[in-house]
Amino acid sequence: MGYQAKFRVWRGAGRPDETITAAEADGQLHDYEVEVNEGEVVLDVIHRLQATQTPDLAVRWNCKAGKCGSCSAEINGKPRLMCMTRMTTFTEEETVTVTPIRTFPLIRDLVTDVSYNYEKAREMPAFAPPPGVAPGEYRMQQVDVERSQEFRKCIECFLCQNTCHVVRDHDENKPAFAGPRLFIRAAELDMHPLDDRADRKEFAQATQGIGYCNITKCCSEVCPEHITITDNAIIPMKERVVDRKYDPITWLGNKIGRRKG
Amino acid sequence: MTSNIERHEYDVIVVGAGGAGLRAAIEAREQGMRTAIICKSLFGKAHTVMAEGGAAAAMGNVNSKDNWQVHFRDTIRGGKFLNHWRMAELHAREAPERIWELETYGALFDRTKDGKISQRNFGGHEYPRLAHVGDRTGLELIRTLQQKIVSLQQDDQREHGDAEAYLRVFHEVTITTLLKDGDRVSGAFGYARDDGRFLLFSAPAVVLATGGIGKSFQVTSNSWEYTGDGHALALRAGGTLVNMEFVQFHPTGMVWPPSVKGILVTESVRGDGGVLTNSEGKRFMFDYIPEVFRDKYATTEEEADRWYTDADNNRRPPELLPRDEVARAINSEVKAGRGSPHGGVYLDVSKRLPAEEIRRRLPSMYHQFKELADVDITAEPMEVGPTCHYVMGGVEVDPDTQAAAGVAGLFAAGEVSGGMHGSNRLGGNSLSDLLVFGRRAGAGAAAYVSGLEGRPSVLDADVQDAVEFALAPLGRENGENPYKVQTDLQQTMHELVGIIRKAPEIQQALDKLVELRERAQTVSAIGGRTYNPGWHVALDLRNLLVVAECVARAALLREESRGGHTRDDFPEMSAEWRRRNLICSLKKQQSEVDVREQPLPTMPVELLGLFDRKELSKYLTEEELNVLAAEPDPPPTVVAAARQPAGDESRDSSPETVADERGATGDAVGRSHSEGSRG
Repeated sequence: MGYQAKFRVWRGAGRPDETITAAEADGQLHDYEVEVNEGEVVLDVIHRLQATQTPDLAVRWNCKAGKCGSCSAEINGKPRLMCMTRMTTFTEEETVTVTPIRTFPLIRDLVTDVSYNYEKAREMPAFAPPPGVAPGEYRMQQVDVERSQEFRKCIECFLCQNTCHVVRDHDENKPAFAGPRLFIRAAELDMHPLDDRADRKEFAQATQGIGYCNITKCCSEVCPEHITITDNAIIPMKERVVDRKYDPITWLGNKIGRRKG
Repeated sequence: MTSNIERHEYDVIVVGAGGAGLRAAIEAREQGMRTAIICKSLFGKAHTVMAEGGAAAAMGNVNSKDNWQVHFRDTIRGGKFLNHWRMAELHAREAPERIWELETYGALFDRTKDGKISQRNFGGHEYPRLAHVGDRTGLELIRTLQQKIVSLQQDDQREHGDAEAYLRVFHEVTITTLLKDGDRVSGAFGYARDDGRFLLFSAPAVVLATGGIGKSFQVTSNSWEYTGDGHALALRAGGTLVNMEFVQFHPTGMVWPPSVKGILVTESVRGDGGVLTNSEGKRFMFDYIPEVFRDKYATTEEEADRWYTDADNNRRPPELLPRDEVARAINSEVKAGRGSPHGGVYLDVSKRLPAEEIRRRLPSMYHQFKELADVDITAEPMEVGPTCHYVMGGVEVDPDTQAAAGVAGLFAAGEVSGGMHGSNRLGGNSLSDLLVFGRRAGAGAAAYVSGLEGRPSVLDADVQDAVEFALAPLGRENGENPYKVQTDLQQTMHELVGIIRKAPEIQQALDKLVELRERAQTVSAIGGRTYNPGWHVALDLRNLLVVAECVARAALLREESRGGHTRDDFPEMSAEWRRRNLICSLKKQQSEVDVREQPLPTMPVELLGLFDRKELSKYLTEEELNVLAAEPDPPPTVVAAARQPAGDESRDSSPETVADERGATGDAVGRSHSEGSRG
């Protein structure tokens, strides 16, 4: 029932490093022939390569069930989770090319340094609990929490960050741009029924660089959790930022008193 | 050789960044400790993320009859009376507070109609008790704690100009050795995955929160990280492990396709109405209700079905028996030739709920089956079978502070600690365990550090040894492939010390383990130190092997069947064995495991009073029952006390009030009598 598949996998660090050999430092694609069995996903095949041919093949993974968002890679050029990409997606003759996600610095083989995302997360003002509401006294309606819950499905695979053209080949934009993952975080807090901050949209515009986004929806397309990032988070945040900035009544409301909405 | 090491100094080191580790770190930091969090993976990817069903806490939001006493009683029943009573008590009392606290960090649980946190039914829980977010509760929990940590770092940035002044996360660092100064912990040594550099943390307190040991078994719901690191670190530091023979096989893992075998199918499927059937279409669980639960579960399909809408007047369906019972039942059905084509049984929710409702309540199960198995769970049944899921055993700790027995400065919380769940953990009790005891471990470590005079020091020779151990597989040439040894170990444990055990097979496993230990010493890792998984597996082997030996040795000694330990040659539960814990330690100067018996801590009469005597007689020895009989009869106020909705009393968990409350509720005897059929 199994067959021998042709795999082409990126190996090497693509940078000099005293702890690895010179040959490894020069990254390149390597060809492998490897067994594939019924029902397997790309990550199974990568694991078989590790176990039988290349024990030092670097790959990041945890749950193998699409829940932790660790095994992001580009498979035949498409950003995907390796654990959720079934081998039946490809013909038996097809060569499957697996490369690391491109937007972040390479560590080795299929593993990249994704610390950019954690730094951006640290710039995002945290949930502000409502003053005077004791723990256990929070009351929210299901219909109201569902909007934010959609964004909290995010497994932080960073495929949206990887695919976003604002930073994909433009490192220079990274300091000013937080990326789709953090836009949904902003939207999530903005729509949180009890978050006490009223400036989530202003923050998205002034600090997160949401204005760089020109709504090509690439992030929504690659999201393995099927979060409608652009339509449900980015566009509302952009629109409301615009509303607020130019709507004189909102402007006045903000001037004369605290107003959320 | 030790000069090229990155050195750090902290007050508290938390090893592990799942729910327990993060909650411990939050507590330590809030108590003013400079705290390091060591993640084996990236921050936010720990195994907690896989928890699906929910966190059990007697908030009484859905059924106001629920309270901590009922939760305590369910936990003890689930653990077959082998739990450390004090841990189960603290857990049941404090869980609601810990859940409510998450909302102040920004968590968004599913809601009831009146806007409170919704709670769902689960195996072994008398009332709907699990706070949840669809079937991705673990993700919500870990993300919430992760974001709380970020928020504390933001506070530090504002206050001290340095976000990492009091709380720093070390991504992808694995601790290989705990360091000691005499009898006290003095730090931890490990390596970073990204470039293979070594790190030395000196700290007077270490909290272990490393999770479980699932990777010792072939079919498991656990990820690569679950190699028993904390269990092994504690042993090598002179600590002890309790209850290691008890390994939970979750009844419902995926069985097909082969590549996903073992991946978890949440118990919520059954909690929300899913039924188990065999190849003959029979709902077989009615044939497997054990004697001890006989009067608490429905005996007909009609009554079981009525329970979903009228829980007060019907007994619950047997699909919701504790996990050990359901796993054994599935195992028996498959062995009797009544299994599904791929060696499992059928779990069907498609005939029980409308498709849209299934997608809403069980979204990740829907996607998991659709995308990995081509099965539409809204239209057809799933094929499921047991998978190694959780180890009840772990580091022996003090219930109140989580301080490890025998090693000053060492603490443990979550799955790596033992005692709380007895011989079998109830679903939903893990996420609440993480929060309750994570917090207590953080507080315990902070109190310990505050009380110290002078910091213990790290001995250079110990660091030297740790470096040599870590480098050894890289220096060996032509050694065996570490993956091969790991696979053989997993197969050995699966086949010989798995869900059903017998003495000759366990002995055979122990012989194999000796051989595997020798092989592990000769493995070689090819390649360099930069993100080299082969090297990492080689280093993890030592931990996997020692925890496997603990499981096997304790399993051989315990000559009874109870919870997550089933002996084919001793199929009955023994009241004598209930009084005994098995304690694993390392023999001096060698890697071999020693196991000794130790009396189970005695549950106070007030808490025993929560059970009726008929039930107790199924678990306790004559001698224990006679002692109990000598106690004066409890006053009749009990029932009322036990029925009070979770309110102020369950929130008030300060140790001072414990005694009083016990006095007030110590007479709940008879409640089960009065409940009659529901119990």
